[in-house]
Formats: sequence, structure tokens, C-alpha cells
Amino acid sequence: MSFDDDVRDLYQEVILDHGRKPRHGHRLAAYDVTAKGDNPMCGDRVEVFVKMAPDGTIAETGFEARGCAISVASADLMAETVQGHGKADTRALFEAFREMVRTGTCPQHDAALDEPLERLAPLSGVHEYPSRVKCATLPWHALVAALNGTKEASSE
Amino acid sequence: MNVQKIRQDFPILSQTIRGKPFVFLDSAASAQKPRAVIDAMRNAMETQYANVHRGLHWMSERTTDAYEAARDAVAALMNAPDRDEIVFVRNSTEAINLVAHSFGRHMLKAGQAVLISGMEHHSNIVPWQMLRDAHGTELRVAPITDSGELDMAAFEALFADGRVGLVAITHMSNVLGTVTPAERIVSIAHAHGAKVLFDGSQAIVHRPVDVQALGCDFYAWTGHKLYGPTGIGVLWARRELLEEMPPFLGGGEMISSVTYERSTWARVPHKFEAGTPAILEGIGLKAAIDYVREIGYDAISEHEASLTEHALARLSRIEGVRILGQAQDRGGVVAFALDKAHAHDVATLLDRQGIAVRAGHHCAEPLMHRFGLDSTARASFGIYTTHEEIDALAEALIRVREFFT
Repeated sequence: MSFDDDVRDLYQEVILDHGRKPRHGHRLAAYDVTAKGDNPMCGDRVEVFVKMAPDGTIAETGFEARGCAISVASADLMAETVQGHGKADTRALFEAFREMVRTGTCPQHDAALDEPLERLAPLSGVHEYPSRVKCATLPWHALVAALNGTKEASSE
Repeated sequence: MNVQKIRQDFPILSQTIRGKPFVFLDSAASAQKPRAVIDAMRNAMETQYANVHRGLHWMSERTTDAYEAARDAVAALMNAPDRDEIVFVRNSTEAINLVAHSFGRHMLKAGQAVLISGMEHHSNIVPWQMLRDAHGTELRVAPITDSGELDMAAFEALFADGRVGLVAITHMSNVLGTVTPAERIVSIAHAHGAKVLFDGSQAIVHRPVDVQALGCDFYAWTGHKLYGPTGIGVLWARRELLEEMPPFLGGGEMISSVTYERSTWARVPHKFEAGTPAILEGIGLKAAIDYVREIGYDAISEHEASLTEHALARLSRIEGVRILGQAQDRGGVVAFALDKAHAHDVATLLDRQGIAVRAGHHCAEPLMHRFGLDSTARASFGIYTTHEEIDALAEALIRVREFFT
């Protein structure tokens, strides 16, 4: 197997693209909740900013990250995916996503999560790299902490 | 030195990883183990094992002899004047914590300072912060230069107020590879009445350590980086200090007598060795020391200097690679950053090619920040590392950079 083929299961084009040029990789000018995520073992850090819509759904998510391509791409895909979802949905999505990156397969889930999980599917290749799973889940820990009103999260 | 022959002593190196030869460039984190160490530990378990220092039976006496032979081997390795100056601990971290608790709390006064350098491992930062917070000592940091060497003028200036009671400093940086000027450090510190502790975790792997020639007061290192087992480390300290220092941990083995009213301590070094020690690991450590001494530090240093020179030459020619530290005197670790990719991504892609490097802050976050980085990748070498493995790293790095460009 060539080098390129060998690593494409993890570093798919969509991940490289979002890792290099994140669309949501910035602090929001106005936001309602925020939290930091920290992986003390590897030094990755992410800070998420969330603006809520009047109906209780997520209007916009921005983030500032210091980390690898996987963590930045995961944060960007997350920001894109959770837009328009309520808090409960977002938490359920995180649980399903976490299962997906740990095992490589998508767990049983509510039909409403079909479309968002599909968007996150490019990250499922992470399950083959156990030491990198936390890179993918770190931004989600921070997002859920922000929604729960806690200021800090750790992927440890 | 015949590297191919040495490689045959390390069973793990003959493996393939994902169908590719196993290129292990992470020895500075923990070194692989030669057959001699594996056999010594297995042999002890199969033929000669009981608890030490207290059993009045043949098996215990034999095991005690084997375990205490490790103390002799360590004393000889470090040229310690007295075998009782060798205290067995779990690792360098525990050795430094022992000094911080025992020497720090009882022989340093509040207001005195502990001077470390800007290239310390967390294990030689955090214990001194804890001492500061508990005991009121100050933590001072001697700066390093852009080339990754101790700034000697700044170092010396930090003694001016006469408050430095202890210098605790690495003998070789686990990130920059810098070997610190140990004799000069000792002479400056002693001239100002300060004691000196060296964290020798990396240094003792690459060059001979002679505590009498260095003139230091404490020297800490760990067995698993010197091709020995995990779970055993060494604190060497001058006997008069050990005599004066109170115990660190209390329990079995470290007492002379116990009543409910009071206990008295065992003699040095047992006063500092509470509980059943790492018996098998001590036996394994002796085998590792014997193995290293048989190859000889001259051959080891020469081989590793050649590897390091080769690695610096190969990696510095790759576009976008930034190597941390250009110290004149350095050992076999090379930390680097790649412009197009984060260190974790670099490590993962190297791993897919069978090459194991470390990535992250290397337990030296303040040092990373000194160079404006959060993390780097690090290749580190051992006696079994070959020039071809460094070529493989260089070629793989070129592919990694292309992939992320």
C-alpha cells in the first residue's frame, strides 16, 4: 500500500481541507456561552463560542484552536453541523459521534441525527488511531461544557 | 561498535509494524530492553525470588544479595564513594520529590531560593513549585539562549542576593539535547553556598557520569531509559546530606524500631526506602548496567554523536523543518517542528510508516513556549539506532510535508 492510500482513511480530503482552512475558526463578535477544552497530555486547546437563537437552537458556533489537523477539522465540522440544533440534540449527537470515532461504526440513533452524523462521518477513520480519538472529541467536550454552563472541559 | 550485533540483543527490534520494519526513535521516552535484562528478571522469578532484607531463609538471603548487587553496580557506574549513598526510588521524578520534601523542607529555609533552568522537564519544575507553596522557598529560573544553552552570565547573576540554597538542573535536556556545563554549574553554586542536584535521566544514557568529578551533591536518574526496567530509579546524594535529611516516606524497611510513641530510622540508605522495594527491577537494572558497561560509554558516545550529527544534517536540509536547539555540546535527541503540519499529525503519519517518534510538549511546556511552540516532534536515539533509520525518518518527513502541502 502506498503511503498516500495508507493514511487516507484518517486524513481524508475533507479533513485536510477543514484542518487547513477552517470556516468557523474565529471568536464570535457576540456570543451567549463559551468554554475551553484542554487535553493536558498532548497540549491541544480549543475555546468555543456559541450564539443561541431565540428558539433555543444554536445560531452560530465559532472556535479558536491550537492543535492538530484532526482537532481543528473536527471543531470546524462540529460548528457546521450543530447549527440549528437544540441543546438536547447536540448532546445526543456528541454521544453518537463519540461512539463513532471510538468504534468506527455509527450507533443506533434517532432519525433526526442521520443527516448531521453523515456530515461527521469523515472523522470515523480516527477509530483506527486510538491515541488520536481525543483530538477529535476535544472540541465537542468544550461545546457541551459551554451548553451546560461549565467553563472548562478536558478530553482526559 | 557493531550496531547490527547490538540490535540482535534487543528482541523487540526484529518486529515489523504494519508490514514495515520497526524504526524506534523514541528511546529518550523509554529505551528498549536487551535480552540480558529480560533474562535476568525472568531468571530471578523462576529460580531466585523472595522478599529482601528480612527473611531468615536461604531464598531471601540469595535474593537480597542479588538486589544489593544492583546497589554496588550503580555505585560503580556513578563512581560514588560509598555504596550507601545510593538510594533506590521508582524513577527520577520520585528522586527529585524526595529531595524536595526531605532536603527542601528541612534544610532550606523559607526565603531561600531553588534555582532551575529554562529547559527543565516538568519533574524538575513541579516539585519545587510544591515546595515553594508549602514551605515559602522561591523558585527561580535561569534563562536559556536562543541556541538552547544555559545563559551562564544570567545564571551566575541569579546568585547575587545570596539566597539560592539549591540549584536543581538538568544534566542533559530531553528536548534540546543540550548537555549543561555541569562542573561550571557546581563551581558557581558552591562558591555561593548552594547545593547542586542534577537531573541525569537523559545524560547517564549517553555519557559516563562520575559524581566525584562533577562535585555535585545530588544526582537523580531512572533505570528504564538506560535499557533497564521501569519502576526503579536512583538518587545519589552525599552521605552527610542523607544522614541529616529526615525520611521521605514512612513504613516498613525504613525503620530501626517502632513503638506507638516513636520510631527510629534505619541507617542510610534504607531510611529512604520504605516498603518492599522493586526487587526484580533492581536485578534487571544491574543487568542493564552490566550490558552498557560491556559496550562501554566511549563506543556509545561515539555512535550517538555520529547519529546526531547525521540527523541534524539530514533534517536541516528538509524544507520547512525547524530544529530546536543548536547547543555545542549535545546528546542524541532532536526535536523539530514542521511548517505545514502539527506535531501530532507528523507523528501519526510517521507511525503509519513504521517510525515511532514522540510528539507533544515532552513534559517541558515552559521550554516549548520559550521557543514559541506548543508542541514538537522528537526523534531520539539509542545504542541500537542506525544511520539508515535516520535516513528513513528524513525520507518519511519529506513525504509527510508533501502530503500536507
